[in-house]
Amino acid sequence: MTAEENLPITIENSDGTTVLKPSGDVDLSGAPELRARIAEVFSDPPARLVIDLSEVPYMDSSGVATLVEGMQLANQAGATLVLAGMQDRVKSIFEIARLDTVFKIAEDLTAAKEL
Amino acid sequence: MSETPPDLTIQLRSKPRLLSSVRGMVLSLTQRVGFDENACGHIALAIDEALANIIRHGYEHREEEPIHMSIWVLQGEAKGIRIMIEDEAEQVDPELIQGRDLEDVRPGGLGVHIMREIMDDCRFEKRQQSQGMRVIMEKYVNPGRPDGSSLPSSTQET
Repeated sequence: MTAEENLPITIENSDGTTVLKPSGDVDLSGAPELRARIAEVFSDPPARLVIDLSEVPYMDSSGVATLVEGMQLANQAGATLVLAGMQDRVKSIFEIARLDTVFKIAEDLTAAKEL
Repeated sequence: MSETPPDLTIQLRSKPRLLSSVRGMVLSLTQRVGFDENACGHIALAIDEALANIIRHGYEHREEEPIHMSIWVLQGEAKGIRIMIEDEAEQVDPELIQGRDLEDVRPGGLGVHIMREIMDDCRFEKRQQSQGMRVIMEKYVNPGRPDGSSLPSSTQET
């Protein structure tokens, strides 16, 4: 149980787009880190935030709630939030929660930058 | 509750970082029971949500509180799995444990909806002791009961 087990997240900025990329499970343990990094991004809102989920094999409702909060922050800031690269298991929870039509979802990072 | 002793019991503390280990165990067990890959993932998600609800709401994120988990592998025509998860938190009226309206898009409140959506049966009860709640969930390999009903009549959602 060390700090190494926290969710690693990278943030990159280019041309008004910020790409936030978590690597690992976004569950009750990992969601607080993601929440903190999303809040950090919106302290100076970009025009577009892409959350690259290609390296997230698992997400529970804590992670989904964090992304809903992110969407609300984006709406308040007049920014666009796009979720990219969802794995099937993660996509499944959005479908169960009927949020798959609420979020902007792109197949991959390239498509996300064009949405 | 079932009078048959569980096939597997786990005692864990209410630490969020233990959830991934429980999911791994559940994935392995459900695969052996005969669920397909998709169902295995969904069952692990439902159990994760039940544990997360206890940690979040029952124990308000205190990390040293006890959680008791029992699992029965169901044999015969109703082949599947039964999971009972118990806590020692303050009791609440089981009728008040409801998933939220999905039309109301906001953070939180999805866990119970997910559990009920995934599992064939999901019910909350007060434990017989002075404190603590339990949730009992069942999932069958072949949906639909031997008698043709979708769920046992005593466990239909209200």
